[in-house]
Amino acid sequence: MHPTSRSSKWFAALETALPKIVVAPSFMVMVVFIYGFILWTLYLSMTRSSFLPSYDFVGLAQYAKLWRIERWGVAVRNLLIYGGLFIFFCTLFGLLLAIFLDQKIRIEGALRTVYLYPLALSFVVTGTAWKWLLNPGLGIERLVREWGWSTFTFDWLVTSEMSIYCVVIAAVWQSTGFVMAMFLAGLRGIDDAIIKAAQVDGASLPRIYHKIIIPSLRPVFFSTFIILMHIAIKSFDLVVVLTRGGPGYASDLPATFMYSYAFTRGRLALGAASAMMMFFMVMAVIVPYLYSELRRKQHA
Amino acid sequence: MLRNVKWIIVVSVLAITFVANATAGEVEVLHWWTSGGEAAAVQELQKMLQNEGHTWRDFAVAGGAGANAMTALKSRAVSGNPPTAAQVKGPQIQEWAALGVLTNLDDVAQAENWDKLVPGVVADIMKYEGHWVAVPVNVHRINWLWCNPAVFQKAGAQYPKTWDEFFAACEKIQKAGLIPVGFGGQAWQEATAWESIVAGVGGTDFYKKTLIQADEQALASDTMVKALDIFKRIKPYTDRNAPGRDWNLATTMVIKGEAAMQFMGDWAKGEFTAAGKLPGKDYDALTVPGTADAFLFNVDSFIMFEVKDPAAKAAQKAMARLILSPDFQVAFNVSKGSIPVRAGIAETPFDAVAIASMKDFEATAKSGGLMPSMAHEMAVSPAVRGAMFDVITNFYNSDMSAADAAQKLADAVREAKM
Repeated sequence: MHPTSRSSKWFAALETALPKIVVAPSFMVMVVFIYGFILWTLYLSMTRSSFLPSYDFVGLAQYAKLWRIERWGVAVRNLLIYGGLFIFFCTLFGLLLAIFLDQKIRIEGALRTVYLYPLALSFVVTGTAWKWLLNPGLGIERLVREWGWSTFTFDWLVTSEMSIYCVVIAAVWQSTGFVMAMFLAGLRGIDDAIIKAAQVDGASLPRIYHKIIIPSLRPVFFSTFIILMHIAIKSFDLVVVLTRGGPGYASDLPATFMYSYAFTRGRLALGAASAMMMFFMVMAVIVPYLYSELRRKQHA
Repeated sequence: MLRNVKWIIVVSVLAITFVANATAGEVEVLHWWTSGGEAAAVQELQKMLQNEGHTWRDFAVAGGAGANAMTALKSRAVSGNPPTAAQVKGPQIQEWAALGVLTNLDDVAQAENWDKLVPGVVADIMKYEGHWVAVPVNVHRINWLWCNPAVFQKAGAQYPKTWDEFFAACEKIQKAGLIPVGFGGQAWQEATAWESIVAGVGGTDFYKKTLIQADEQALASDTMVKALDIFKRIKPYTDRNAPGRDWNLATTMVIKGEAAMQFMGDWAKGEFTAAGKLPGKDYDALTVPGTADAFLFNVDSFIMFEVKDPAAKAAQKAMARLILSPDFQVAFNVSKGSIPVRAGIAETPFDAVAIASMKDFEATAKSGGLMPSMAHEMAVSPAVRGAMFDVITNFYNSDMSAADAAQKLADAVREAKM
């Protein structure tokens, strides 16, 4: 065999293997630290683990227990309220802002930065700032009262039934700019020729948006939904800073519930069960949605 | 000949190092005393150990009121590499001891006469199956009511001794346009006030039955309904912004004269002292109504893990001995604002509130009024404590009736015990 052809063969083999070799470490890390630990959490959730892991298998008993705990019910209900409103308002405001900014206005760049800026803050900063704004004795209520409306009340933060809506307000404020940026990119990607053609046909502007532009943003809606949903489900820091889950545990979310059970109360199995429930919730929404979106793409 | 000399030198150097090692070891100490007076207090121990020739490896984990430290400890212990000593308190000591990883400190206890010096109630928490496995460090008292006399005077109210007097005073203070109770609406602060009220309304036996033994029948009893009612009656006398407030901000309200009283443990004293206020003049510490003969305690302690190296073992025993030595007890507790956990310490270096506390500590240890605090992780397991917290905070922050809350308390505790 020729030495040159041999080395070129080696080179070819290396060339095909190289991407795999490069990706292998991160792939291994992902398999172990994401999927491996998901499986371990699943296993822990079916054991008797208390403050340290134990491997006594008890089946689904922890899940049955979990759903009997009132606080878990509150946390799940809060997640539905918070997640639903958060995704809805972020998408709505983000889309509206993007459409307004897309009207070829002056200083668009500066305005875009203004709306996008909250994203540069961490949820901890957002939470602290809104905690002061929403506190009746410090923030908005006091300001309006000092302006002369002495009966004005805005005390959602300290009212059990309303405190979860405060979390929605702060989260929407933080994430709307990001959604706007996504929609703006989508709007810029639409072919002008289609819009011009519609205008020639005599379609009104609202009609063009309703029938042409917004439907063509479908992939952006898709990514927005996926991103906002995972932000909503893993929300932890914002609640901890803004309300501490209070008053009482009125604004508890599954993530804060999981933390307190697994790490401060020595109920590891129950915490693992609640973490798995969060995982199943994500799966229950994402899997059908991904499936329908990807199938649509295949047909198209 | 030269070779022989060389060998002799090598052997003797080895021998010297070995001997030195046998007496001077290293302790690695996990704790979460990282702020201000606490950090200074723990450095005191470090200095004393170093004076005896041992070395101290600091393993401080801040944050989460010890929750982060516990997570770090668990991962170290599970991987078979625990520190020499760790700050662990209350019933969690038993959980660690049950794993068989703690070392027996009976010899130090015997030599130092701990059984005579430390009250039985506290000693029981430090012992597993009759053997010492942990060393208590300090005592905080929970059932204090911090009062601003100027506010009482302005409103024409008297210091309360009973619950009727308490609410009469609240009424007067509110009429005078001031906030009767400075309150922080966080679950642990609510539980701190509630447990003092349980002791005040039900007495010491009832407290022991409900918050130490977690007896479900007692938890659902009429006495508990009465205690819950009184707890809830306080709410109208707090301000609207209380939910979520940190304890020290509530103390500041009392210091500034915006609020008249606060339910809080004796660490609140640090805030008064830092503001330059004097006990008996600018503020007074009363016992919560009905708890004059009760002392709810919060005791910090170190558990000691089993170590193999004889030098490390010697250092560990030295640390255990030093913690309860009079010198350290004074140095530590003066700077942390707590009181010594052992008898036979001179009162002089302490302030008036601490001296009153020390007297009550001794008296209640004899009378049976000395009881571990539920809210501060001394009395029940973290699971049961968490279950109680959930019911109490939900009751306080919703329109749940006291009777329902008592029943829920019993149910939640039963579930948590399973």
